[in-house]
Amino acid sequence: MRNKNTWLILIGLLIAFSLWVDLSKYLKLPNPLNSAEYLIDRNVDTRLGLDLRGGLQALLEADVPADTPIAAEDLANAKSILENRANALGVSEVVMQVAGDRRIVAEFPGISNPEEVVAALKQTALLEFVDMGATPLPEGSVIQTDFGVENAPATTESGETIYHTVMTGAGLKTAAVQRGQLANDYLISFELKPDTTTLFGEYTSTHIGQYLAIVLDKRVISAPVIQSAITDGAGQISGNFTQDAAQTLAVQLRSGALPIPIKVVESRTVGPTLGEESLRKSVTAGLIGLAVIILFMALYYRLPGIVADLALICYALFSLMLFKMIPVVLTLPGIAGFILSVGMAVDANVLIFERLKEELRGGRNLRQAIDLAWSRAWPSIRDSNISTLITSFILFVFGSSFGASIVKGFSVTLALGVLVSMFTAITVTRTFLHTLLDGVKLNDHPRWFGL
Amino acid sequence: MNIIKNRYLYFFISLLIILPGLVFMGLNWAKTKEGPLPLAIDFRGGSLLELQFAGERPTQEKISSLYQEFSTEQEDLNAPIIQPLDQDAYSIRSKAMSDETKGKLIAEMEARFGAKITVLNFTSVSPAIGAEATNAAGFAVLMAATAILLYVWYAFRNVKHAYRYGAAAIIAMLHDVLVVLGAEAMFGYFLGWEADALFLTALLTVIGFSVHDSIVVFDRVRENSTVLRRVPYETMVNHSIIQTLDRSINTQLTVMLTLLALALFGGESTRHFVIVLLVGIFSGTYSSIFNAAPILVVWENEEWKTWFKRNPAEAA
Repeated sequence: MRNKNTWLILIGLLIAFSLWVDLSKYLKLPNPLNSAEYLIDRNVDTRLGLDLRGGLQALLEADVPADTPIAAEDLANAKSILENRANALGVSEVVMQVAGDRRIVAEFPGISNPEEVVAALKQTALLEFVDMGATPLPEGSVIQTDFGVENAPATTESGETIYHTVMTGAGLKTAAVQRGQLANDYLISFELKPDTTTLFGEYTSTHIGQYLAIVLDKRVISAPVIQSAITDGAGQISGNFTQDAAQTLAVQLRSGALPIPIKVVESRTVGPTLGEESLRKSVTAGLIGLAVIILFMALYYRLPGIVADLALICYALFSLMLFKMIPVVLTLPGIAGFILSVGMAVDANVLIFERLKEELRGGRNLRQAIDLAWSRAWPSIRDSNISTLITSFILFVFGSSFGASIVKGFSVTLALGVLVSMFTAITVTRTFLHTLLDGVKLNDHPRWFGL
Repeated sequence: MNIIKNRYLYFFISLLIILPGLVFMGLNWAKTKEGPLPLAIDFRGGSLLELQFAGERPTQEKISSLYQEFSTEQEDLNAPIIQPLDQDAYSIRSKAMSDETKGKLIAEMEARFGAKITVLNFTSVSPAIGAEATNAAGFAVLMAATAILLYVWYAFRNVKHAYRYGAAAIIAMLHDVLVVLGAEAMFGYFLGWEADALFLTALLTVIGFSVHDSIVVFDRVRENSTVLRRVPYETMVNHSIIQTLDRSINTQLTVMLTLLALALFGGESTRHFVIVLLVGIFSGTYSSIFNAAPILVVWENEEWKTWFKRNPAEAA
């Protein structure tokens, strides 16, 4: 190990960075050259899974016969529509993921009304073209409309305006994205069904210059101005859209209703109190476990054991930093996986120290013994850890296709733990040992090594 | 210490541990007619509702009859299994239930029993998903075993008969899987524990750990087989086991200490998981020392040729 000092500096920097991340909830590092910019600007608060903070997890499945193939695009569209609905409900931090080829996992942390959320997800979306008159509302505004209401008054009891619905998404035949005349300008062209063409033609010819808002589930998506009468049943919506925005809107226009019917096949709700208690207990258990291992290593392996303990603390700091940076959502089994990997992290050190003892007994001097112990223990550390990585990977795949996020959380923390433990064993323990021991003569202090 | 010499004694001990487990798997099967392990709703489908009552907790009969009232043709909620949790809560199992029904059920309970109710935990899994998860779980275990076999074969490719190492690691792993399944069968029989997704996680972890341990021993065999060429195979393998014994025991100790901390101080919800891991990891260390490497010797000597013959040397 030639560049001992370089390694020491690197490890020092890594520890400092990890401590910084571990102890903060939000990272902000201003750019020294430009005070308006930030080099790092991200949220590193610990992300807790549903089992620890409470909430709802639902596994949604396409409600069609099992042998009917489902286009990946339909499933992705259904996901984005469901996401919009959940956001419209005011639920924050919703996570939705496509799982397999016919399912979507939806997670709603911290909610207290799972029944309402599920009901809202299952409803069919409503797309409306709404008359806004001369004053358009900004995107994202939630409005009241008169669709489906007979003889609606002009305002609600609380004074909100009730807007007139000209037609609904049911009147659309197609919608597609088109390039505008300028670079990076995109429009949406749509075509109407024959029966709505007449109605729309009459309406647009009398309302030129006014705003016609496109409203999805009572939320304004865009409010373009009517530029000319549309009598041929084909029109364009322009609004300085980017390509992505235009694409999303076209999808919503085509499929304001879900492209595939959805049913709930699995539902899990965890109350917040249960989660809090579990978290507190797991953290206590983890700290106790760590303390016991630190004691054991120091007593059994003496000086190298204490060095391994330092490496173990580094390991804990690095792992926590990675969990927060990636970020990994911590679940109860995830924490168990982490605690288990602490035990495994020690294994690499144990393998090396047992080798070190053997080499020392064989009469090598300390420096040689340390290097030999490393090179001889390495194949077994590598091969054994790879087998654990293989099972973590298979667990991850299993967890992903079933929305069993508990299994997924466990596999991620276990795999990360194994990788970080290999890293600390080969860099941290080794560097520390060399730093402390290269000047020491073994014969003066055999007891330091438990010999 | 000669572990190889007594290899058949250690194989016998393994058998003694595995057999009762098999018996209890059979007993479970006879009791439930469903399978060797009592399965949780993750694999079987159904619902689990854990409710905490502020104020007086109604009797189990009242809840049972309420479930019956809510039972429809589409949603059969008859005969729920109700167990008390602590002093103020119940856990109630029934067939799968939608969130809508759950909402109505709880509203009705609050109205009828006059107690504010907190939902601690609600899970509902449709039977189809449960069945699919069971198949996928079996597939995951098979995949893990195959991938590990191939990897070990590859990692030991420079040693004579490399596939034997993979196969021996897999046999030791099957030993641990059987021990864990057997233990789970007993927990299920006596304590009513059900195998859930976390149990599967624990089982797969044990598989990983078991092979991890076997590889460390094999690695020594790999190294010694080039260094100690003149030594008889049996002596060389025994020497390798002894050389790695300290490490095997110490690693097992550290992992078991952390698990013990989790079992004693961790929450109720991971206790089952942790105890299964404890059993499996203990078994994993045992099998790597007393099964995996000795199997190499059995194979090298092709001892099965004499298993069913009278052997004058052994009889004496």
